Amino acid sequence: MSDDLLRDKVAIVGIGTSDFGAMYRDRDAKRSAYDLGQQAFAEALADSGLEKDSIDGLLCCRLPSYQHMADVLGIRRPRICNSYEGSGRMSGVSIQTAATAIATGMAETVACVYGNNGRSVSARYGGGEPESATAFYDTAYGMTSPGAYVAMMYQRYREMYNVPDDALAPLAIGNRHYAQLNDRAVMKAELTLDMYREARYIAEPLRLYDYCLINDGAVAIILTTVERARALNRPTVVISATAGAGDLSNLYTSDDLFVESCRRVGEEVYRKAGVGPSDIDCAQIYDNFTPTILFSLEGFGFCEQGTAWKWVGEGATQQGGVLPINTSGGHTSESYMQGWALHVEAVRQLRGEAGERQVPNCEVLQYICASPIVTSHILRRLD
Amino acid sequence: MTTDSYRSTLPAVDAKYWEGTDSGELRIQKCDSCSMWRFPPSGTCPRCLSADYSWQVSAGRGVLWSWIRMHQRYFAAFTDRIPYNVAIIKLDEGPRMISSIVTDNPQDLRCGSRVEVVFARKDGEFTLPEFRIVGPGTLP
Repeated sequence: MSDDLLRDKVAIVGIGTSDFGAMYRDRDAKRSAYDLGQQAFAEALADSGLEKDSIDGLLCCRLPSYQHMADVLGIRRPRICNSYEGSGRMSGVSIQTAATAIATGMAETVACVYGNNGRSVSARYGGGEPESATAFYDTAYGMTSPGAYVAMMYQRYREMYNVPDDALAPLAIGNRHYAQLNDRAVMKAELTLDMYREARYIAEPLRLYDYCLINDGAVAIILTTVERARALNRPTVVISATAGAGDLSNLYTSDDLFVESCRRVGEEVYRKAGVGPSDIDCAQIYDNFTPTILFSLEGFGFCEQGTAWKWVGEGATQQGGVLPINTSGGHTSESYMQGWALHVEAVRQLRGEAGERQVPNCEVLQYICASPIVTSHILRRLD
Repeated sequence: MTTDSYRSTLPAVDAKYWEGTDSGELRIQKCDSCSMWRFPPSGTCPRCLSADYSWQVSAGRGVLWSWIRMHQRYFAAFTDRIPYNVAIIKLDEGPRMISSIVTDNPQDLRCGSRVEVVFARKDGEFTLPEFRIVGPGTLP
């Protein structure tokens, strides 16, 4: 199978999101995830300039009923249709599915819609009913929540590489800096090192500001063929390559800190796109918890293993650094949209629409999610 | 949360594990075809897919792969234990398992330490295996 089947064939033409910050400030709201999804879709459609009837694929995420979402959106006969579970790994997977469908001609214009009313329904990430029989073997010891499983990886990482306390602080502070430049971000107050240190532990060694937010919101992304995209009055943002590799065991915790799965995805995605880490102008890195960023940077070869914490501490990933990351505030400050808002920011950066957050000359951007399904895309602006 | 309420949700194959812990033994499955040990319990071997296995007594020794201290209240039944440690143990036979470390020095947990199983902890009908530190180890 030719590696060129997908390369530069699929474009992202429409992006829409909730105003995360405005929603967060309304503490008593009780929102429907489907209503949020509809609003984000409407914004993405307007952004694309396409007619709704041109949408012939619908992929939902975290919205349990694609049927209800299709009904609400008036998309009656999608050629591909599904709903993915509400986990962070699924944003990359959804985009890959949409891109694959478009590249093979199974659909032409696919809408991906993510809706999350977690705050309205007081969602908790941990402590609920065990999701499988094997989960009971963990919960019997009070072990629960993805954050705790990532904390296990980070504790091991710290001891392997003699990482000092507060090594994650620059990541939390960096996210907050960008959130302050983002009109729609949830957390806009300054975050200092003292605030980071004094915040309580959740699953030690991880503290409050290492954790993603819980908030309501929705994101919609519309993809289509590059031919159709070129006819629109927008810079054309294409997927040059995408790849995935699971790291699937009975625990979220990866015993090699996702290194092998990241290595395989990196090898494939860089080869197919014809670039390497040094060509990446900006990266959007899934950060349900701050250590995931370190594992991503090392797994994809931006840093030698055990050194990403130093690189980050030196400012490499801050605004003005060699590799700005999470330029809309990430999951710890912009919004916890399980990877979806990172995809939106990727498109804004490549279009040159990121305002004060804009990375100069942003032409090649990488999305990375290091999790039990590692995914990565290389995105580019054509011409 | 009480462990009792989940007993009825566990597949039948798991019962042998809990009979073992009640008897002070860490019994886990060993594949009859390829000799791979596995945990948690399942009906087939993840390496060769054989459905033939036997329950063997693990030596109960391994390594503290990593640990955390939980400060967040996720389970009402654990409120009084906060902060409590949780460990990932890598048994010498190969499998990983979640457990906790019994120690008088909770500040002295080190990844890579050698550990040994103990069976002092009860939770309703279940005996929960835990581990104690028996020696220093090395991190790769």
